[in-house]
Amino acid sequence: MRPAQLASFALALGFAPGAFAHAFLQHASPRVGSTLAQAPKRVTLHFSEALEPAFSTVQVMDAAGHRVDGRDGKVDAQDPASLGVSLPALGPGKYRVKWRVLSTDTHVTQGDFTFEVGPSAR
Amino acid sequence: MKRIHPFALAFACALTCGNALAHGFAGKRFFPATLATDDPFVADELSLPTYQARTLGAEGDEPAVRQRAASIDFAKRITPQLGIELGATYLDLSSAAVPAQRGFDNFSAGAKYQFHLDEEHESIASIGVDWDIGNTGAKRVGAEKFSTVTPGIFVGKGFGDLPEGARFLRPLALTGSVGVGIPTRTSTTTVDEDGNTSVERNPDTLQVGLAIEYSLPYLQSFVKDVGLPAPFDRVVPLVELSLEKPIDRGGGRWTGTVNPGLVWAGKYMQLGIEAVIPVNGAGGGTGVLMQLHFFLDDLFPRSLGRPLP
Repeated sequence: MRPAQLASFALALGFAPGAFAHAFLQHASPRVGSTLAQAPKRVTLHFSEALEPAFSTVQVMDAAGHRVDGRDGKVDAQDPASLGVSLPALGPGKYRVKWRVLSTDTHVTQGDFTFEVGPSAR
Repeated sequence: MKRIHPFALAFACALTCGNALAHGFAGKRFFPATLATDDPFVADELSLPTYQARTLGAEGDEPAVRQRAASIDFAKRITPQLGIELGATYLDLSSAAVPAQRGFDNFSAGAKYQFHLDEEHESIASIGVDWDIGNTGAKRVGAEKFSTVTPGIFVGKGFGDLPEGARFLRPLALTGSVGVGIPTRTSTTTVDEDGNTSVERNPDTLQVGLAIEYSLPYLQSFVKDVGLPAPFDRVVPLVELSLEKPIDRGGGRWTGTVNPGLVWAGKYMQLGIEAVIPVNGAGGGTGVLMQLHFFLDDLFPRSLGRPLP
């Protein structure tokens, strides 16, 4: 196989249509590791791939490990790569977001991060 | 005519042409495939190609050799924990003393079994064996007539379990391997054009690989979003260390290379580039190592990229 043919084959593989991939967290609201002056009303996670709603979950815990989110986490019907959950009025403190998602190609990925609500928040 | 000694080439190539494969997850940790050293994951993937260019130092009567090597490596899961690997390397060798020599090095095959995975502590371990298949390559580029079998152990550890006070060290991870290369012939006898006979001893060799990496995707997704824009949010800076030491039949000193570089990992492939710096008197100049690596489990998740049914 000539080098040009080899390169063409390689590029064709890399950009193969219909391919899928693991879902990576691209960004979150609140941002990963951030400190907020005001308590957020919702956590929203944006992934690199579309998610399977039935097998994608998100939870928010306080510093003591107690679950504090509204237990209504779901994949956005308009944006299947977005997963969100509502929050009650949070007091100051550190909170941990834990997620586990299944992308549409059946790959599972998981992760967690923290955000902090500052002492001036209500 | 003076020629490049096959053993010198084989020894040099063993330091520089080893197949390096496998990306994978341990919990939330994504480990990219390393370029110069083998890592512990059993995976479906294809390195096409791995390219290396460097000058191997003069040794005794042997002249310095300019080496360019293009490799292809393929790995396939048989079960979720057991995989096989196949590899081939095309060599282009030249020196001031002899015309250029080109051809395939011996083909290689291997198997790996993952026996440990701790998602919470981001640790993984595997055992495996690599078989450099004798007499399958071109003699003119130093391919040996004998095989070398290398059993080894492979480990990986991410540091996501460090305490909060050390959270910016959590993106760090290590992978490492230790193996012993066992040639199927203890010595090789050669007769030159003048009828002189020489005997080369083929020692067992201790082979050690280590990779230290700092994952910017891990930093962004799990520690602190520092606002890195694409493509830097998918970059993993790393340093690899590949060392080898003959341990019998005359023995010898540690030689090898240290390779600082970068890997960019996308959805379906990763790109890697490293400098190849000889250490401990291995000789030669600084070279370059590049790799285009495809994640077959992401490209073909329902066919080629999954374990056999």
